[in-house]
Amino acid sequence: MSDLDTGSNQSEIRYLQPLKIDTGKRQKFDRFKRYDIKYVDYKDPEWLAQFLNEQGKILPRRITGTSLKYQRKVAKAVKRARTIALLPFVTDNLK
Amino acid sequence: MNQYETVFIMHPVLSEDQVRETVEKFKGFLKAKEAKVLHEENWGLKKLAYAIQSKRSGFYHLMEFQADPQLIEEMEVEMKRDERIIRFQTIKMDKHHIQFAKDRRKKLQKS
Repeated sequence: MSDLDTGSNQSEIRYLQPLKIDTGKRQKFDRFKRYDIKYVDYKDPEWLAQFLNEQGKILPRRITGTSLKYQRKVAKAVKRARTIALLPFVTDNLK
Repeated sequence: MNQYETVFIMHPVLSEDQVRETVEKFKGFLKAKEAKVLHEENWGLKKLAYAIQSKRSGFYHLMEFQADPQLIEEMEVEMKRDERIIRFQTIKMDKHHIQFAKDRRKKLQKS
């Protein structure tokens, strides 16, 4: 096995197979399917805030794990809440 | 006859009866045009998320009603003209929304 000369003080232990580091990848789920929520209410800012980051921007689906159909409903509801000043357009400490 | 839901914000400087009078004005406007007001909620004075007309708070009011589509335009012109109302939003309710509102009303009545 060619000796890897990386110049740094490479630890003597050689692993035969790559280390299985658990990157803490928890299974994201679509909360609308699991809790069977059919309608996203724009009048409830606390509940909508879980889809926003600290600056009040809408989180992408890859973070929240919601399906496309409900992500659009969430986006529409957040924009409606913003027009009637229940949610800010931009802020710095929403949470 | 579609079902609509209107939320409007009133000027924070209004006195209590001026707020009630504004609400009565629009409820009467709807009743006069044979619209049916199903449900009403007064959220009272709430802090706004951002300043509207340099005001930080406002009286919120929610109205749920069934009306003809052309009535909405007249009502919104009326609201635009009325300077006590600083913001309004009318939403057409689809079947999920109607179901949700019905459950919400039941919960409110129970509590």
